[in-house]
Amino acid sequence: MPRSTPDIPNASMADIAFLLLTFFLVTTTVANDKGLSIILPPPPEALPPDVDVKIQERNLFKIQVNSFDNILVEGNPYTGSMRELSDQIKEFVLNNGQNPESSDNPEKAIVSYKTDRGTTHKRFVEVLDAVQRAYYEIYAERAGVTTKKWLEISGDLADPDNRKLYDLGRGRTAEGKPEIPMNVSIAEPSKVGG
Amino acid sequence: MSKFKKKVVVKQDIPTSSMPDVVFMLLFFFMVTTQLRETNINVKQILPEATQLKKLARKSLVAYLYIGEPKKIEEWGKEAKIQVNDVFIAPKDIIQWVNQEKSKLNEFERDLMTVSMKVDVETKRGIIADVETELRRANARLVLYSTRQKAEDN
Repeated sequence: MPRSTPDIPNASMADIAFLLLTFFLVTTTVANDKGLSIILPPPPEALPPDVDVKIQERNLFKIQVNSFDNILVEGNPYTGSMRELSDQIKEFVLNNGQNPESSDNPEKAIVSYKTDRGTTHKRFVEVLDAVQRAYYEIYAERAGVTTKKWLEISGDLADPDNRKLYDLGRGRTAEGKPEIPMNVSIAEPSKVGG
Repeated sequence: MSKFKKKVVVKQDIPTSSMPDVVFMLLFFFMVTTQLRETNINVKQILPEATQLKKLARKSLVAYLYIGEPKKIEEWGKEAKIQVNDVFIAPKDIIQWVNQEKSKLNEFERDLMTVSMKVDVETKRGIIADVETELRRANARLVLYSTRQKAEDN
């Protein structure tokens, strides 16, 4: 008895595949989760009460932004570019006591960043970006890599080679602390109008 | 007699027999990379631009929080709102939300959870600072301000 050979028509297969392809093309959202990462300080309740930490004026680099998005750097109105701001911060961090007005050493240097409750997020990110760029450029230069590469390295510390470069860039004291810590203090914003 | 040789006729057909294979390959690629969005974002989302971007290593350890002016102003007003999983919440509910997100993770991973803040450019710092204070209380201190890559470096 002759067996009928079952045939599935496959001429339309490409069309079906195309249809599915278009569907997935349209619905795809490429995961683009990138941004500026920070670590928030411990909760206000956990901090020891009324401990006045004395920080010398010279070790503070003050950036303030008001509700009109105007910037004060070290108390003076600032209108320059963000690139110049990064360069100023780099100079401040790496001063090592040369200029008596600027920081003693990178470990003590603190960038203090205060905004107003009315400051826009756009401005906040712009300035934070400039501050982080200053530090990343210092690290990258010490590690002998590009800043872009540095950001990749710091995102994957499980790799021992990366870890080595990371420690080279930030420096590592005997206690395992970085020689150039990223001391950025983001203060609670002032009330509107400040 | 012509000096020129007659041109050789070249076959010009592009082989189409492998087209379905190519299409299937693309199809599988998009099938694998696709993730259907399960939340509708109800706040404006124009992310700010920055240069020093870090990538998040593991997506499973990320919790998303959206802040911005509501899209439906007539219904929700112009004041910036905080959205998580399809609903608007008040700053005081953030601790509860963080705990809920953390309970989805393994115990040893809970301290590694990152909160990705997708904040619209126009949003004022005030509400963001309130959220940050609550995140500190909830012990979710790793924060990523989600941004776009700035084209030129200046």
